[in-house]
Amino acid sequence: MNRDLYGKLIFELSHQGRRGFSLPRNEFPAYEIPAGLRRETPLGLPQVDEPTVVRHYTNSSNNNFGVDTGFYPLGSCTMKYNPKINDEMAADPVMSRLHPLQPQSTTQGALKAYYTLQQMLSEIGGMAEFTLNPFAGAHGELTGLMTIHAYHDSREDWARTKVIVPDSAHGTNPASAAVCGYEIVEVKSMADGTVDVADLKSKLGPDIAAMMMTNPNTVGMFEKNIPEIAKAVHDCGALMYYDGANLNPMLGVARPGDMGFDVMHINLHKTFSTPHGGGGPGSGPVGVRAGLEQFLPNPRVVKNADGTYSAICDDSALGRISSWIGNFAVDLRALSYILSLGAENLKMVGPLSTLNANYIMHALRDLYLLPIEGPCKHEFVFDGLADKSTGVTTLNVAKRLLDFGFHAPTIYFPLLFHESLMIEPTETESRETLDAFIAAMRQIAKEAAETPDLVKDAPHNTPISHPDDTEAALHPVVTWAELN
Amino acid sequence: MTKYLSSHEYARVEGNIAYVGISPYAAAQLGNVVYVDMPEVGDDVEAGEDFGAIESVKAASDLYAPVSGAVIEINEALIDNPRLVNEDPLANWIIKVEMTNPAELDELLDEEAYASVCH
Amino acid sequence: MHRYLPHTEQDIEQMLQACHAKALDDLYCDVPAELRLKRDYDLPAEMSEKEVRDFFASLRDDCRTLTCFGGAGFYDHYSPAVISAITSRSEFLTAYTPYQPEISQGTLQYIFEYQSMMTALTGLDVSNASMYDGATATAEAMMMCVAAARKKNRVLISATVNPIVADVCRTYARYHKIALEVIPEKDGVTSRAEFEEMMQAGDVAGVIVAAPNYYGIVEDYAGYADLCHSKKALLVMNCPASALAAVRTPGEWGADIAVGDAQSLGMPLNYGGPYLGYMCTTKALIRKMPGRIVGATKDRDGKRVFVLTLQAREQHIRREKATSNICSNQGLMALYATVYLSLMGPEGLKQVNALSIDGAHYLAGQLESTGKMSLQYPDKPFAYEFLMRLSDGITADRVIDACLAQGIFAGVKVADDMLLIACTEMQTKADMDKYASIVNSL
Repeated sequence: MNRDLYGKLIFELSHQGRRGFSLPRNEFPAYEIPAGLRRETPLGLPQVDEPTVVRHYTNSSNNNFGVDTGFYPLGSCTMKYNPKINDEMAADPVMSRLHPLQPQSTTQGALKAYYTLQQMLSEIGGMAEFTLNPFAGAHGELTGLMTIHAYHDSREDWARTKVIVPDSAHGTNPASAAVCGYEIVEVKSMADGTVDVADLKSKLGPDIAAMMMTNPNTVGMFEKNIPEIAKAVHDCGALMYYDGANLNPMLGVARPGDMGFDVMHINLHKTFSTPHGGGGPGSGPVGVRAGLEQFLPNPRVVKNADGTYSAICDDSALGRISSWIGNFAVDLRALSYILSLGAENLKMVGPLSTLNANYIMHALRDLYLLPIEGPCKHEFVFDGLADKSTGVTTLNVAKRLLDFGFHAPTIYFPLLFHESLMIEPTETESRETLDAFIAAMRQIAKEAAETPDLVKDAPHNTPISHPDDTEAALHPVVTWAELN
Repeated sequence: MTKYLSSHEYARVEGNIAYVGISPYAAAQLGNVVYVDMPEVGDDVEAGEDFGAIESVKAASDLYAPVSGAVIEINEALIDNPRLVNEDPLANWIIKVEMTNPAELDELLDEEAYASVCH
Repeated sequence: MHRYLPHTEQDIEQMLQACHAKALDDLYCDVPAELRLKRDYDLPAEMSEKEVRDFFASLRDDCRTLTCFGGAGFYDHYSPAVISAITSRSEFLTAYTPYQPEISQGTLQYIFEYQSMMTALTGLDVSNASMYDGATATAEAMMMCVAAARKKNRVLISATVNPIVADVCRTYARYHKIALEVIPEKDGVTSRAEFEEMMQAGDVAGVIVAAPNYYGIVEDYAGYADLCHSKKALLVMNCPASALAAVRTPGEWGADIAVGDAQSLGMPLNYGGPYLGYMCTTKALIRKMPGRIVGATKDRDGKRVFVLTLQAREQHIRREKATSNICSNQGLMALYATVYLSLMGPEGLKQVNALSIDGAHYLAGQLESTGKMSLQYPDKPFAYEFLMRLSDGITADRVIDACLAQGIFAGVKVADDMLLIACTEMQTKADMDKYASIVNSL
């Protein structure tokens, strides 16, 4: 690309008098908002023509890396292929124009889509009912915890002020619990990365509202003591919350509801293939076991006796957590995905994602430090390079991978290890891709031993390299106005 | 006299005044400090309660008061140059507190006890 | 195997061998047998792409697009063709959060542009990279007020804020242990006397008001910021993004935080989402602001580049001490807003507002001239939305049903005899005349 012409900010392409809009003629008498109540400050937006806008953003997109660009083994993020038919279904010319508050007699198809997906997720999760209202995984966690809070409140059980979270948990778990007003009690992990049941039992009591877990956990190990954990938690009167971030390897294998979880969320942008969009929009449906349905947030979509559907609000609900029924167009994509795969292929998703992860793990474990033995599930964690003498860190390895045209794995998470390198290949990657990634990782390990500075100084072939993060945080410049 | 909290804040005591900052160990752990969130002069701080936060590129921690009292001065040099904390954490204190209950100092760790916390 | 799954039988066999396993099941040897799902999911069998299309067509057939005079926080604006061409580029669509700036400058740059545009709209200094929707962004602002104030937990919200937004704030407040109290309204606007009264104790952390308010009225907030600041409270203004080109901005009022939904920037109604929550604040409060922020810096060659910054505040590092549990933004919708604002520019946005506001005043006049309804607050200035009181014997349901029969969504029922009506550039004068004639015939 020509950086002089297109490597700028859109503001730097602005010229007084250019326009990129097309609007109907205004046939109405003019009305002016009274002085003192209308905007007086000139509006500092760029003035650009349509071709310039299109070139600007097209060129800018070329500086990005997506699943469609290449392999994206980002642990805990499930960067699987995003099927194209889903996008087309989500852009439905009629459903995309529905106003949330227009008469529900004119939105029956949309409500049916919601209800259908809700039922499918209930079957997959082993739950009684799902709400699709939460906008993202973290929002789902918060909604799930509010559901649990509303349940305890309904029993006037006010003493339950704490939530148990394993030390290996995603950072959102404690953050969501804190936003929901809970204190956090951390439970330790054992050497194999699973929850220390003895430590857990010592922390259970009448002050515990819930236990949050992901299974498999963040080191990719299945929590095989889950029946015992669920029983102990239930015996103390608390509920089990399932963080669905790692649901992918369980598809076709086991259901959170059958493991003893009472409330769960699913990240549709992970397990159900909706695109991550550079950070969103996602969708984080929340499911509950029978007996907790009435606490789900308003509005709830129900099927009436006459076969019609309604979105209704109810006082027993935990309240409203979104303007309407969530990121509807994202939900349509997930529906399209489940229909496209069908029951017979959906059950292969889990096993194949696990196969891909184990395949990489076995091919690299001689060169990278594997802290936990045993078959992993959809992802696993290396604690950096096996040879610690080179001074090459996980960050260096991650940056060097970019030179090979791969996205980096998740790094420095989980916090259980100093040099965590968390790899999740997903089931939509071919063996050839995995082999190429393995070759790159082996090459990097070789470079680390022979020419460590080459790795430490990476990346070398990316559009930019070594941005100054400290300066960015020390003197934040976050707008075009501040740049000038 | 300098005493410490196990959360790595120190109180250097001169008469009734405590200079509160973070230990060299904590400063080294944080890495390049990019921001120090300080209370206002006149605010009251309470021993064991947070009075601000300190931020580096990779981490952020709350700051806990080793002693109770009124903030009589904040180190304004840190506003423009927070990295002073890395250069000399003991000289570059964060707040100056007029103590209301000096007996609280007895609850704090001395140099030796604090050194055993850092490893 | 299915077209999304590249594995051949031979691949599976050889890969299993490499893993020292005989069957896929061996990889799940640690899952207790009693937890295993021993049957297929009770779900439909695989559909071909054509069958998927047919299924969605059947859903579509059970829906109806209407000429939309409904607003109440969701506005039917025009979406220029350029936007979907850009947002459907898979380099943007299929990327994750830009954690690796070396290969994410596309995302980082548009977020920087987005932040710049939102600060231009709101008149405040800094913006985050966006949030879920306007209602949750407002709830986040409420929590930010309490966090910034440290020892206070009382927040006031005007009765003229959109009730859906207020409901979401109430939910968050209940669990986050914030005392959220309503400032009553008087004649369609926030009661200034009661606001001043409620501020007296000095224990308020934040005050939330709306511009334009739920009834479409442009309220006078002169003195609000000063009173808030004298009591060490933050002033939060909830505004639909598009309207900020027309109404006095949060920056001009002296507000500390601007939040709202940016759906009005040409985003499809999509039956509720995805939309785009925005949040802007002052430079002094930047570290208290939840959500992601992109900043400019230089790379090794001195080139201007963009990175995620101030991440230390965020949940993946701060865990339970984070300013919020939010760990994403509405990336693609922020791109949507950025491309929209690039196309519209200051003049386009001004014209969109003029069409909406002039149209609303025209329609209000036409509807009043039927004698079947009248403005509930005739003395108050409104922008593109207004509240109509229906004459005796005519219910909101009757108006809605009669209009529906002619393909018109008449507006949002606020009470049995109250209808909230909104206009945008999407409704023509002919549409409005038709609406008035239906009402006239009742």
